[in-house]
Amino acid sequence: MKYMKQFGIIIAMTLAAELLEKLLPLPVPASIYGLGIMLAFLVSGFLKVEAVKESADFLIEIMPLMFIPAAAGLIDSYHGLDGILIPAAVTVAVTTVAVMAVTGRCAQRIIRKGQNGK
Amino acid sequence: MKELFGNSLFFGVAVSVAGYEIGLMLKKKLKNPLCNPLLISIAFVILVLNVFGIEYSDYYEGGKYLSYLLTPATVCLAVPLYQKLELLKRNWTAVIAAICAGVFSSLVTVFLMAKMFGFTHEQYVTFLPKSITTAIGMGVSEKLGGIVTVTVIVIIITGILGNVIAESVFKLFRIEEPIAKGLALGTSSHAIGTAKAMELGEIEGAMSSLSIVVSGILTVIAASVFARLL
Repeated sequence: MKYMKQFGIIIAMTLAAELLEKLLPLPVPASIYGLGIMLAFLVSGFLKVEAVKESADFLIEIMPLMFIPAAAGLIDSYHGLDGILIPAAVTVAVTTVAVMAVTGRCAQRIIRKGQNGK
Repeated sequence: MKELFGNSLFFGVAVSVAGYEIGLMLKKKLKNPLCNPLLISIAFVILVLNVFGIEYSDYYEGGKYLSYLLTPATVCLAVPLYQKLELLKRNWTAVIAAICAGVFSSLVTVFLMAKMFGFTHEQYVTFLPKSITTAIGMGVSEKLGGIVTVTVIVIIITGILGNVIAESVFKLFRIEEPIAKGLALGTSSHAIGTAKAMELGEIEGAMSSLSIVVSGILTVIAASVFARLL
């Protein structure tokens, strides 16, 4: 019964998050509310990690699969980029590399500075 | 073949999982960063649909149940995050500073690219939320007057690209700290990048999960300011 209970807790929190999304006028999706609710429950000690661990690990492990249907849908929807295909491709490529490099270098620099200071 | 698979409810899930397994196998064998399981599985699904003449909508009849799990799976990202909370507290300045720098650089680069290619205001704001998670990005695009369907396409491509190039970018820019890798993946390519971070390690995964939330919220605020620039 372990998995059923764990999955039940996860789905109940997702449901609560969905309700919050509908009730609050903020541009925050259910998944983010849910992440916040789950974290709050864990931090406050209302919920032990063991109560959701295995099911959460399973869902996270198969997460890459969940992007396949939407991504395969690009064969139908990429026409939205007609006329700006090259600019769009360049923009996506340059921005993604830039953000990744800036974020990573910035974090690394501060972390290593802190370590040297000690 | 077409009728058989087109009407099957489990075909969509089966072909997706099979594609991912093939991707994992090729990655193990060839050890080439371009042999990315996600990329290969997407190509495999598209190939199968084309070869057997199956409509995407028929594939999606089954495939949608995979997408359906995305919200509960994102909720579960709180678990690895919670387990690395101490590490997060110890490095909070680095975490916050890096995500802010990442969000800022995302908006600035989109602005510069838009200037360079002569984007209209509508096209510019369509690209502004490209690095954040789809559900938040759609809202930003809509509010600023962008084309939401195009925003979704761009967000997905950004995620896949980030997932594929991450290890090469880390090597090129000598990013070695697990915390830095996780923050870089989550801030640049949201949940699809986080899937990659989870493969790299627990710290990477936790930091990437946090980045989805923080960069998403920061972008909501900062994008409305940037929208006025062009």
